[in-house]
Parts: sequence; structure tokens; C-alpha cells
Amino acid sequence: MAAMPATAPTVDPFLDQVLARHGADASALVQILRDAQARDGWLPPATITYLAARLGVPRARVEGVAGFYAFLYTSPAGRYRVLFADNVVERMAGSEALRERLCTSLWIERGKVSEDGLVSVDTTSCTGMSDQPPSLLVNGRAIAGLDERRVDEIAELVREQVPLDAWPAALFAIDDNVRRRDVLLASDLAPGEALRASIARGQDEALERAGNERSWRERMPALPQGPALTLEEIKHSNLRGRGGAGFMTGLKWEACRTAPGPVRHVVCNADEGEPGTFKDRVLLARHADLVIEGMTVCAYVVGASSGFLYLRAEYEHLLPGLRETLARRRGAGLLGARIAGVPGFDFDIAIHVGAGAYVCGEESALIESLEGKRGIPRNRPPYPVTHGYRQQPTVVNNVETFCAAALVAARGGDWFRSIGTPRSAGTKVLSVAGDCARPGLYEYPFGVTVREVLADCGARDPQAVQVSGPSGICIGAAEFDRRLGFEDLPTAGAFTIFDGSRDMFEVARGYAHFFAHESCGFCTPCRVGTTLLCNAMDKVAEGKGSRHDLARIERLNRLLQASSHCGLGHTACNPVLDTMKRFRPAYERRLCSTQFEPAFDLDGALARARAMTGRDDAGAHLLDESPGAAEAERAR
Amino acid sequence: MSGRESFLLDGTPVPFAPGETVMQAALAAGHYIPHLCYHRDFKPHGSCKVCTVRAGGQTVASCTLPAQPGLEVESATPELEDNRRTLVQMLFVEGNHFCPSCEKSGNCLLQAVAYELGVLSADLDHLFPSRPIDASHPDLLLDFNRCILCELCVRASAEVDGKGVFALSGRGIGKHLIVNAESGRLVDTAIAATDKAVDVCPVGVILRKRVGFAVPIGRRRFDVAPVSAQAKGDAPRPPREKERR
Ligand SMILES: Cc1cc2nc3c(=O)[nH]c(=O)nc-3n(C[C@H](O)[C@H](O)[C@H](O)COP(=O)(O)O)c2cc1C
Ligand code: SF4
Ligand code: SF4
Ligand code: FES
Repeated sequence: MAAMPATAPTVDPFLDQVLARHGADASALVQILRDAQARDGWLPPATITYLAARLGVPRARVEGVAGFYAFLYTSPAGRYRVLFADNVVERMAGSEALRERLCTSLWIERGKVSEDGLVSVDTTSCTGMSDQPPSLLVNGRAIAGLDERRVDEIAELVREQVPLDAWPAALFAIDDNVRRRDVLLASDLAPGEALRASIARGQDEALERAGNERSWRERMPALPQGPALTLEEIKHSNLRGRGGAGFMTGLKWEACRTAPGPVRHVVCNADEGEPGTFKDRVLLARHADLVIEGMTVCAYVVGASSGFLYLRAEYEHLLPGLRETLARRRGAGLLGARIAGVPGFDFDIAIHVGAGAYVCGEESALIESLEGKRGIPRNRPPYPVTHGYRQQPTVVNNVETFCAAALVAARGGDWFRSIGTPRSAGTKVLSVAGDCARPGLYEYPFGVTVREVLADCGARDPQAVQVSGPSGICIGAAEFDRRLGFEDLPTAGAFTIFDGSRDMFEVARGYAHFFAHESCGFCTPCRVGTTLLCNAMDKVAEGKGSRHDLARIERLNRLLQASSHCGLGHTACNPVLDTMKRFRPAYERRLCSTQFEPAFDLDGALARARAMTGRDDAGAHLLDESPGAAEAERAR
Repeated sequence: MSGRESFLLDGTPVPFAPGETVMQAALAAGHYIPHLCYHRDFKPHGSCKVCTVRAGGQTVASCTLPAQPGLEVESATPELEDNRRTLVQMLFVEGNHFCPSCEKSGNCLLQAVAYELGVLSADLDHLFPSRPIDASHPDLLLDFNRCILCELCVRASAEVDGKGVFALSGRGIGKHLIVNAESGRLVDTAIAATDKAVDVCPVGVILRKRVGFAVPIGRRRFDVAPVSAQAKGDAPRPPREKERR
């Protein structure tokens, strides 16, 4: 093995403390690296070497994990790291100009660390603040509702090197913007109510149903049937997952419950990375008890003893509130050993904070990340319900799914399925953003039309709506009578509005860059294809595109759909194809008339040679036959 | 073979042993399905996607697809072959591949699969990445320009050599191979020229120094016979043979 370099200290108390906090367990590597980074603002090579040696894993493995996540830095990043959220809604709200303003006032170039190592300004993917753009993160802490005044204030604080904790609290204020409540957002369920209802269900019918149940899983002797009966309610409710795929929640829980294995896990997917969505942020801020209650009900049903809440790094500001909720529930006997007094009902939840990777919202990548690895989606089957965290049976559900499940547990399946439509039971919380007077959270029973939502949020002259974010579907005005629900327009919640002044080509180009940036790189079609798609869109944007490029984009899409490893690659071309179909003129007017135009600029490629030889005469250029070139040549 | 269960590959019955994937069973029966990241000595990985077939109404990687009795698998269709060509072209434009000057030419699986599929040009726009080579090691050379990120060296070094010399870092198009040393140089790792990781690279990244042209071009593995004619050589070894090793 390579010798430890002389620069690495033999003992590093800070890092040892970090390691101890996580039991020196390599499966907590993402958390360890996050904490280790707190000292220097980045992970110097010696830190990586030290951690690897102490954890007893190859150094390259630690470096590989550090290199995967956007918020883990393997090169110095500035003592103040400012990252402007860069999704289309943020740009529409003027984020680019504000970013330039900050760069100018700090005398730095975007993406480069200032020479004194004080500050860097760059961009990051959507931070879940589309209801109050423009927004940014400074050392991981969110600031929303930016304007010139606020940007100047931030510049001043950085220049004066004011520690982040001493920045005015008002800067970090975040609005919840709840605009329309239905059963979920208006819920006044008391902590423990859904759990007690679940347990009581068993007491009522225990005698009838005892006997024909397998006993080992019903390890709560006093109340043997509560879990099975609550599962029946969840199944009966027709609740479907709110995270995108819409899988029947009851079936998922049942599969986990019946999977062999002594230890089961419940994971709440709070990675909410889809550009334009922020509903999980608000649910976790205002309804944390409901989320945790749903997770605990799930643990009761499937017999899980361990739980995780996978919180995206951008939502670090929610941590104090979440920790407080967990502590309060432990105190009230709603988490920990013998929950609600039921012997054997032991369950607790740990919070795992992500480190900047959209793909970690994919459930198997999320589990890899929980295990301290690069967030690469697994080969499936087997699925997490049988082989999840540590290859043990695991339920992964979205934040909103757990909220709805808690309501079902408290009020029953009949009540829930009476809301919404036949194939889409219940309500959906939408993250409404973009061109409208009142962006924010809107909860509707499934079946609501796009037009109704547009009217409620005060959208003027809407041209298009991106339903469910870039991995969803982009619809035009002719389709505004379509209904949200699994029958027609399935949605994970994002509802991004574009008025008549917006250029839909640029919208799609932005989304193409998002997918390329977030591709995990595991499989060839997505790793290379998303970048080729960006390049093709950029070429069209520069006015160099031809019909050939559009045909090539369609071919790329077929390949991505047919052979990508996970949903990211499958949907990466959606925004481009949807807008190409519905807003064709936005593409056509950018094309040059030729059938083919090379992407490679032959003459440009000689620029370095010209610079090196100090030549710029006609002989040092390739012949340009375009009209005007000859004239320019003569004028030289 | 009688009595074994089988699935259909392009209409031909292919017998399989329990636990085998479609790829493993097909190769064992002498049927070639184009592949790059699959290797008979390692657990299938499923990243290159060149082996994608159509089965049960879906397109899936055949190297990770468990064989099932009666499963109907399509592989040699124009649509699937076309997808494979594009995937191979993607790998060519992602790196810097100058076959005529590469000492792996003729032994290179990427080149062989490209010939097999009739890939005549890259067709896509080259990305021209900048990937400096690592010549630090006295016996070995790393030319990252040709890396197709199949992770075979990663798996071999961890599972067979027990050293963990290689790993991947970065993500998306920035994903890249790294070595297990703070200096980032191969010479500072525990690698040896006799390691399995050195042999397993299907392209010209991990090269032994001073033997590049010991076998002249024209007499190399894929000069002798196209890759499709060597399917059986890629089949999983029968367990008995493995034990003897
Ligand atoms: C690239 C990608 C990103 C995803 N991101 C999220 C996410 O942020 N939150 C989420 O709940 N589900 C996300 N999903 C879906 C999850 O894989 C999974 O289906 C979901 O968490 C299951 O929960 P549900 O049944 O409650 O919807 C994502 C899927 C993919 C392919
Ligand atoms: S489709 Fe993209 S994100 Fe998904 S595994 Fe492949 S490279 Fe990774
Ligand atoms: S070096 Fe060779 S074996 Fe390793 S990942 Fe690259 S191509 Fe595969
Ligand atoms: S050989 Fe199957 S994905 Fe590479």
C-alpha cells in the first residue's frame, strides 16, 4: 500500500471527533465527509487519506464518493461559497443579473475562487425555492427573495468577513406560501392520533382475526392485528405514491412486510430535487409531525425497527425543526422503544443529509447514498422492498405519501378514496411557480384541471405549463382542460408556468443542461447522451443548428428511452421533445437553412497556433467562403 | 443439455442453468450478444448498455437480465443494432481514440465490437476531453484517453487482486478513473504488472510497458476472428474449471 505522506498528521483530533460521531462506520461516509468538510470548507487530499486510513477502506473509494456529490469539494472553494439556484424560474426572476452584480461587486469571476480564498460565486441546480426566487445558498444556507438591495447587503457582509452566524436573521427568512388547503394541508391531526387509531383497529377485531395470521411478524402480543388491519386500510384507500411513479403504497408496504428478513427499514424520500418543486420543503417545515407519524405507521405495519429521513442538502435549514420534532416525539413515547406503550413496537428515525445530487432521489441511488456510496441506481430486480438498505427489506416513500398514509390510518380508506377520482384517490399538493401572481402551495383533490389551477394562482397569458417538472410533460394552452391525476396528467407536484413572453426553446435548453449536470454517469446512453443533447441545443441556440441536428436529437431520445439505466436518462429528452412538438417555431426560427452545419469550427481550431506563432495574416486562416468574408479579407 | 429449461433468443431455444443471466446462457451456447462491460469472471454490471435486448415488451440489458423459462428475447433486430452502434459511437466521441496509433489495436474490444456492428465513423460530435496520461509506473502506462469506464479494472483490483487500486470519481460526463494514491499517480499504488486488473482492461488504457508490439498487428485476437465468432470464449467458466484454478 502507498505510504502515508509526510504531510498527513498522525493524529487529527477534529477528524477523530467526526469519525466518532458516526461510529467510525464507512457506511456513514457521506455524513462523515460533510462534517469533515466543515473545518476547511473543502476536503484536502490529506483529509481524505486520513479518513480512509481510519475507516479501513481504500483511499480511492473515499475520493470517489467525495467526487460524486456537488456539495463535497475536492478543491478549495472559498470561505464563503455562494451558489445561485439556476433553474428556469430563477432565471425568469432575474437571477443571472443578480449573480453578475454580486460577482462585479466582489471583483470575482463566476466559478473562480477569489485570489485571497475568501469567496466564490457559482450556480447550483434548483434549491426548492421557486416560490420565492431568485435564491442562493451561502455555505449551504438558503437565502431567498433576492433583489439588488439584498445582493449588495450580502456583498458587504462577505467583504467585511462577518461570520455567517452573525448575518441578520431576516436574510434567512423563508416563506411557506401555502395558498390553498385541502385535507392534508388543513389537517389538525394530533401527534400520535393515527398511530393510536391503527393500534385500536387491532383491539376491535383482534379476536376475530387472530388464529389465521402469521405470528412472528405480529410481535405485539397485546394487539396482534393492528398492523394487518391498518395495511388493509392503506390498500383499500388506493393511495398511490406522490414521488412520481405512483406505485400503490399498500402493495409496497405489503411486499416489504412479507419479505423475509429480521430487520426492516422505512425511508422517507425528502430529496425533492425536481426543478420547480418545493412542496416537501413546506410539508417538512409545517407538518413534520404528520410526516413522522406516517413513517411510524409504516413501521408499525411492516414491522420496521429503523427509519431514515433522507433530506436534501439544500434543506439544511429544516434540520433544527426536524430534530426538535423527533425529540419531542421521543419524549411523548411516539418514537423509540415500546411506542405508544405497545411491547415490541420499537422504531426510531435518523436524519441523513444529502450532499447535492438529484439522482439520489431515485430510491435505489438514495439507498446507496445512505450506505455511504456514490449515488448510483442499482440494478433491479431485486427491488428495495426485498433488498433495500443493507440488502434488507425497505420501504421508500415520498414525504407527501407518508402524510397521506397517516391521514388514511386515522380516518380510514373509505374516507380517503372518496376524495379525488377513481384511479387517483386523495389530494395532491402542487408547487406552483413561474409566471403567476401568487406562487406557492396549492392542494386540490385529484382531477382538477390545469385551467382551474392557472386561474387560482393568477396566471396571466399562460403559454405553457411544465407539469411534474422537466421529467414530466410540457403542455400548451390547447391542453389546459386536461386533468391532473394518474388517468391523464400524472404529477409529482411541480407546476411551472410560462407566459407568452417566454422563449420555450430556452426553457428546454435550460432543462437539458440540468439533466446533463445531474446524470450520475453510470450508463453510457445517459452519461454521453445528455451532454450531446446539450451540445446540440447550444449549437441551435448559436444559430448554427440545422434540420440534421433536430433529427439527431430525436434519435438521441429514442436511445435514451430504450437503454438508460434509470428514470433520469429515460426522461432527459422530454422537455426538448415536448417543446419541439408544441412550440416548433421557437426551434425553426433558429435553424440555418442548410441541411447540415458542422459543430466543429475549423478556423477557430487554429486560433491557438496563430497565437503561438504571432500570425494573423490571411495565410494563417482557412478560406472562409461565406459572403462578407471576402470583403472583410480585403479590408484587412 | 436435455431436460434443462430454456428461453428463446431471436427464436432459437437457449438452455440455461439456474441463476444464469440471458447473456451468460447465450454465450455458453455460442450465441453472441454484443457487450463491453460484461466479463465472464465478474458479476454483471450493466453500465455500457451495448447488450440491450428486447424482452417481455421492454428493452433491458441482457447481461443483468435473469434467464427465465420461455422468455422471448430479441437481440439481432435492426432497431437494437442501431442503438448499439450509437452507444459505441458515443464511447468513441467521449474519449480520444486514435486506433491507428494505439498499441491495443486488434486486441481492443471496443474496436472489435465497432467492426462487428459496422460502425464506420463516429458520426456524433467529438467531445475532445483533456485526459493527461500517467506514465509514472516503471512497468505500466495509463492512457485515460481510451477509458470507456467499464469498471472492470475496479472490480478486478478489488475482488481478485484484493488491492482496490482503481475507483471512479466525478459524475456525469465528468466521471473518470482514479487510482488509490494521494498523489494521484499509479506509481504510488500497490499495483503490480501481474495483477488481474492489468489484464482485464478491454481497451488500451492499462498497458504493460515494452511489450506493446510483441504480437504484430494482423495476428492479434480480433485480427484472427471477429468477436462474434469468439462468443464461447466469453462464456462463464463451468464451476469445475474454476475450482481447479
Ligand atoms: C432521477 C429520479 C429522481 C427522483 N427524485 C425523487 C425525489 O426527489 N423525491 C421522491 O419522492 N421521489 C423521487 N423519485 C422517485 C423515487 O425513485 C421513488 O419512486 C419514490 O421515492 C417512491 O415513493 P412514492 O411511492 O411514495 O412516490 C425519483 C426518481 C428518479 C428516477
Ligand atoms: S440513466 Fe443517467 S442517472 Fe440513471 S444510471 Fe444512467 S447515467 Fe446514471
Ligand atoms: S481503465 Fe480499462 S478496465 Fe478500467 S474502466 Fe477504463 S476501460 Fe474499463
Ligand atoms: S455488457 Fe451489458 S451493460 Fe455492458
